[in-house]
Amino acid sequence: MIKIINALLAIGGGVLGAMLLFWVLNKLVEMLPRKWEARVKPYVFIGPALFAITVFLLYPAFQTVVASFANDDTTAWVGLRNYTSLLASREFQTTLINTLMWTLIVPVVTVALGLLVATLADRLTPGGEKVSKTLIFMPMAISMVGASAIWGFIYAVRPAAENQIGILNAVVTATGADPVNWLQMSNVKINTFLLMIVFIWTQVGYAMVLLSAAIKGVPEDTIEAGRIDGANERQIFSRIIVPQVWPTLITVFVTVLIGTMKTADIVYVMTNGNFSTNIVGAAFFVEMFKNMDNGRASAIVVMLMLAIIPVMVYQVKQFRAQEANR
Amino acid sequence: MATVKYDNATRLYPGNDKPSVDALDIDIADGEFLVLVGPSGCGKSTSLRMLAGLEEVNGGRILIDDKDVTDLSPKDRDVAMVFQNYALYPHMSVADNMGFALKIAGIDKGEIRRRVEEAAKILDLEPYLERKPKALSGGQRQRVAMGRAIVREPKVFLMDEPLSNLDAKLRVQTRTQIASLQRRLGITTVYVTHDQVEAMTMGDRVAVLKDGILQQCDSPRRMYDHPNNVFVAGFIGSPAMNLFEVPVAEGGVKFGNGVHPVDRSVLGSTGNRITLGVRPEDLEVSGEDGLPINIDVVEELGADAYVYGSVAGTDPGDRPIIARVDGRRPPMKGDVIHVKPKADHVHLFDVETGLRLGD
Repeated sequence: MIKIINALLAIGGGVLGAMLLFWVLNKLVEMLPRKWEARVKPYVFIGPALFAITVFLLYPAFQTVVASFANDDTTAWVGLRNYTSLLASREFQTTLINTLMWTLIVPVVTVALGLLVATLADRLTPGGEKVSKTLIFMPMAISMVGASAIWGFIYAVRPAAENQIGILNAVVTATGADPVNWLQMSNVKINTFLLMIVFIWTQVGYAMVLLSAAIKGVPEDTIEAGRIDGANERQIFSRIIVPQVWPTLITVFVTVLIGTMKTADIVYVMTNGNFSTNIVGAAFFVEMFKNMDNGRASAIVVMLMLAIIPVMVYQVKQFRAQEANR
Repeated sequence: MATVKYDNATRLYPGNDKPSVDALDIDIADGEFLVLVGPSGCGKSTSLRMLAGLEEVNGGRILIDDKDVTDLSPKDRDVAMVFQNYALYPHMSVADNMGFALKIAGIDKGEIRRRVEEAAKILDLEPYLERKPKALSGGQRQRVAMGRAIVREPKVFLMDEPLSNLDAKLRVQTRTQIASLQRRLGITTVYVTHDQVEAMTMGDRVAVLKDGILQQCDSPRRMYDHPNNVFVAGFIGSPAMNLFEVPVAEGGVKFGNGVHPVDRSVLGSTGNRITLGVRPEDLEVSGEDGLPINIDVVEELGADAYVYGSVAGTDPGDRPIIARVDGRRPPMKGDVIHVKPKADHVHLFDVETGLRLGD
């Protein structure tokens, strides 16, 4: 109860405080001569946001870069040692390969499934569409840890003599085979794929909702024009619908891509990074809060940041191009 | 190059108890320009979409070139359509928009380019071939939509109110261009509009629909001179025909303080009232006999003037009486004039059925 009241106070205080701040600043600016008022006003309004970003985002980012060149408690410079030791370690190499696989596979599969579900749901009756979309969107509301727990049960394994509580192994043993320890199958990285499924399961709903809205926004008459122009259903989908929802598709793709690169919890909860399933996000968490090594943790984050920047740049460019096309 | 035949074609939307298009029967000759016209909701667009294959046919048949296409999908009918909102593909350039159908048909690139450029030349679109639709004006988009239909060289052109999004001046210009283009290409065309002026000026024949039922299908001239029923009489012509419900009298029908002579045989078995229709240009200003009219509005158009008024001594109804008068000496607002119809220019309709009486 106290917690709820505290939260409400914080929200109310934050909003009121911000309003008060802008009100006072505005009053102050209005006291300036006319000419100066117009010149100063824009800076007064973006000032607080700029200040917050500098203090809470830019400065920590800079600190992180600095820390990545220092030792575990940031008391002495070590040069590039954090980077070289990380990149030389077998374990971290696996982590990088896993992360690369995640970023290559997860966004593509998520967007493809989202597009498929959105297209198929669009053809259902309005009632059926609502129900199916709600069901598919639901995992989105579950936290990654919750989703990991759910899928932990699906992949669960018990010794062959006992009853299997995991649905996959229940199926496997029903056929007479021995139970499989799914999350330890590092052969051809099956366990990594199984972890990806958890993430995809939570994200398909998001992709579906945005893409479904975009598909509904495709003018019906362009589809009819396509039919009359002789296109079959497949050609209408690939040459008329998909190109028109392309901007949304890219946005969803990039958002999921960035989310994938930052993922830590699924791996941390389900395998704790063991059995060659570790990814960068989880590795960072372990270095930072378990091994208490500021230097290595910072180095991991800096590498991740460097990898995300080009993606962000691409997205901003896409967004601008899209705006210009309006 | 094809004929089109609607054979009792019917479209009943699920959940409706009245068909939107009810047993439509029209024969369209090869190379003919047929206009479907009617008020909104009359089923004209639905009829066109049935021919396109975008709308299911629930009864009857549709034939193109004597081939039953009722159950064929649009792509197998070899028809091209110009949509009201043009329906250009926003992600393709003008050239790609126009060539899309040919590309789907697997025609080689050089040939597509040649045909697109030819169409672009006819439509003055050459400078815009590489632009996207959104970088074009409304009139240019309309021409791209036309071009997309032309390059196909289809059996039938279908046009669904293609001019309704253009401004008035461009509409009149494009109207003429489309009509002359159609005549030059000689491709059978079905054209839908709610604008009876478009219908009259463009069509070889005009088909008037109301509530899904074909009222009359005739040449514009015939339609104007010989409307088959009260609805067509009131719909075709601008300003609209005056319709009076008048009592039958000795030797004809009573019109104002006079009697308009009508042959007894024409009145036949109808009751003692009939509907009499006179076009504004067929009302003559007479001396003291005829119908007295209080003039409410005078519209001076230069050569002509139209007076709008109501029968003197009655409430001005919702439908004013309109008469064309000499543009150089129009009466004034507030005047009372007497009008009577010119002898051979009245249309008589049954009050009950609305059908035309006599010839």
